[in-house]
Amino acid sequence: MCLLGRFPALAGLDLDLDAGGVVLLSGPNGAGKTTLLKLLAGLLPLHSGEATVLGTDLGVDRRSHRRRLALVGHDTCCYDDLTVRENLRFAARAAGRDAAAADAAMTRLGLESIADVVHARLSAGQRRRGRGAVALGREPELLLLDEPHAGLDAEGREVLDALLRDARTEGRTVLVASHELDRTRALADREVVVRGGRAYPVEAA
Amino acid sequence: MNLLAEVRLVAAKDLRIEARSRVLLAQVLPFGAIVVLLFAFALDPDRGVLARVAPGLFWIAVLLAALLAIGRAFAVEQAHGARDGLRLAGLDPASVFLGKAAAIVVQLLALEVVLGLAVVALYGVDLRGGAVLLATSVAATLGLASTGTLYGVLAAGLRARETLLPLLLLPVLAPVMLGATRAFEDALDGATADAWPWVALLVVFALLYTGVGMLAFGPLWEDA
Repeated sequence: MCLLGRFPALAGLDLDLDAGGVVLLSGPNGAGKTTLLKLLAGLLPLHSGEATVLGTDLGVDRRSHRRRLALVGHDTCCYDDLTVRENLRFAARAAGRDAAAADAAMTRLGLESIADVVHARLSAGQRRRGRGAVALGREPELLLLDEPHAGLDAEGREVLDALLRDARTEGRTVLVASHELDRTRALADREVVVRGGRAYPVEAA
Repeated sequence: MNLLAEVRLVAAKDLRIEARSRVLLAQVLPFGAIVVLLFAFALDPDRGVLARVAPGLFWIAVLLAALLAIGRAFAVEQAHGARDGLRLAGLDPASVFLGKAAAIVVQLLALEVVLGLAVVALYGVDLRGGAVLLATSVAATLGLASTGTLYGVLAAGLRARETLLPLLLLPVLAPVMLGATRAFEDALDGATADAWPWVALLVVFALLYTGVGMLAFGPLWEDA
């Protein structure tokens, strides 16, 4: 369980995920999907219970596994006065990767044409793509995506779908919280419904 | 990546942001210059008061401008959830602390050079004791930056951070103001031997707050 202010969240949640593949987190607004992703990323403290992510006990240490994961949330986590390339390279180098990893992610997300544009001048859709590239440039073992399709154009959605399809062959585990159920179900290996802070696995995704 | 490489990464990022946004050049520096100028208007240069109190006025101007630079260092982390991005980067919090403090040091030293020239020109100060002035500036700036970074992250999580930061920080920086002003006074009077104990005080203060900052920044950064 974790606390959001004084209010308990994810009380009674029990979830066990194997490494590799794509897991869809579905559920109504306010069910706790975003809270769960932030908890797994170590951005929220665990107040009771146990959580182990990539071998790290989050009750003891919620920092050391961060270099091995990436969270794509509602914010871009980028700096307005840095260019797309600079934002990507900073994030990649902070995660212990080199500039080539950042550049490869930029190419994969189709951002070369705006590589030298500062974040403040990007459109909302471009920022969302940049946000995905920042995560990919870190070459994470665990990728946490919160409504990744929102705000993307048709081409951007295709690029994202390709990334999800490739996750399995790249040995990456992807946890996707989404309301775009049909689209994401087609790409997911498993589905878990989050409702009222609890998780209900769906057998046939 | 080792600690030094992480510090360089964070400092370079902050300095690149400042170079591109030009907040230091277009806002902080003019603010400091206006403060220096206002003192000149308030205390008529012809009466000889300005030259006597120039060290104190200089450090007050630096301190006020430093508040803007410190606030800015954490404001850039607020937009677009950049702070969460930096937390998720997996960097050692001590590296983030030292990197941010280093970027502030570079900016403040540049600011001090310009404000120093303005003080010499406007207040009619004769420069003497160059080594003491340099050592004082470096030690005081390290103290300002390390303390400012520590209190900056403390205030970053608060709603009224813009007004709370000066309220929290200024009393703590009283020893820096005292030591830097007295060291400058002694140096400009030609009594450099009297100035070194004040420089030593500034060095101790800077080392103390750098050490405390490296230890305390992590928990404050996580909860900001």
